[in-house]
Amino acid sequence: MSDPIPYARPAPGSQPPLDSPAYRSTQSRAPLLAPIRAPHTLTEASSPRLTPMHYPVQADMSVHNGKAAMGERMIVAGRVLDEAGRPVANSMVEVWQANAAGRYHHVRDDHDAPLDPNFEGHARIFTDAEGRYRFTTIRPGAYPWRNHHNAWRPVHIHFGLFGQGFAQRMITQMYFPGDPLLPLDPIFNTTADEEARQRLVARFDLEVTEPEWALGYRFDITLRGPAATPFEDMSAQGGDHH
Amino acid sequence: MATAHQTAGPYWHMIDFPAWADVLREGGPNAGAQGERIVIEGTITDGDGALVTDAMVEIWHADPAGRYDAEFQGFGRCATNAEGRFRFTTLKPGPVPGRGNTLQAPHVQIAIFARGLLSHVTTRLYFAGEPLNEADPLLALVPAERRATLIAEPTAPGTWQLDIRLRGGAETVFLDI
Repeated sequence: MSDPIPYARPAPGSQPPLDSPAYRSTQSRAPLLAPIRAPHTLTEASSPRLTPMHYPVQADMSVHNGKAAMGERMIVAGRVLDEAGRPVANSMVEVWQANAAGRYHHVRDDHDAPLDPNFEGHARIFTDAEGRYRFTTIRPGAYPWRNHHNAWRPVHIHFGLFGQGFAQRMITQMYFPGDPLLPLDPIFNTTADEEARQRLVARFDLEVTEPEWALGYRFDITLRGPAATPFEDMSAQGGDHH
Repeated sequence: MATAHQTAGPYWHMIDFPAWADVLREGGPNAGAQGERIVIEGTITDGDGALVTDAMVEIWHADPAGRYDAEFQGFGRCATNAEGRFRFTTLKPGPVPGRGNTLQAPHVQIAIFARGLLSHVTTRLYFAGEPLNEADPLLALVPAERRATLIAEPTAPGTWQLDIRLRGGAETVFLDI
């Protein structure tokens, strides 16, 4: 069996360092020693092929038990691509978030904000053949998090992506344009590169917006890509001349 | 440029489905799969030696024949409990082809996500006593004195334990994959 094509290493500044003291919890949890750099094998390159048959699609968080959740209904859509610009197709995406008042439907969230009986705040969708995904939800609220004096998380939605190999597994957060909390947020700011940081911010999109029903936001996600552009036709013939 | 990782945060449990800790669950992708049934468990502790009670642990491994392209999906997810412990039920993976013509010892890929980890950390679990461990290409990259942090020990028939230390003394070897 031929060796899998290695995934590219992240560009400098594009990923947060694990040890980021301004985000307080890293101080006891981030490893101190450098990780061992391991060449990719089938172990990392073969995805768990999670399919809707065993992981059913739940694409609408705005209705629960037939009742509408409180808040500003919205649609989030985008594409999942790799660094070579190829769509990440038929791949599971998980999302979770706080309700419109900034409280999670979670036993450990004791923020003094109302729970919404019609909002649970998690969904599961799959990308299509072109890497597109789409779900409906309620715009989440900001909430306090005790990291420092007067600390509030900017409005965000968590995204968990599986990609096409375990090496592409990613969890990230989508933020909203114009949020005044963004420049103050230690987690958002752990990504040093300005351009990389701004790509965590969705954009309002009239194309995604549906008349008389919901505002639309676009959030595109780039997963790691191959270290070298694969010449699939060549390798299928056993050639490797590039 | 790849999108930046961000922490899974403290409320990732909204995507915790406890049944997923049983890779062989009824109605799941591997219901009825045949092989040596094992339990994989362990604790996670932080740099202060405190139990990490809110982590998300994911595993990914080959089938008992060492294949990733077969019907079997060696994927599981588990929350650590109030004792900082994770526990999976699955089938023991077989040896897997490595780069070139090498053979990797049976192993399980582990990813740990949690509040305080801006990106997940990954490691591997190997099984104590496997003759292939001696020649495993990845274990060979690990300094001998740290190798034990990757090797699960049997605690009962079919039960393997690997304790993970995120930071500090006896810190687990993590992998840059």
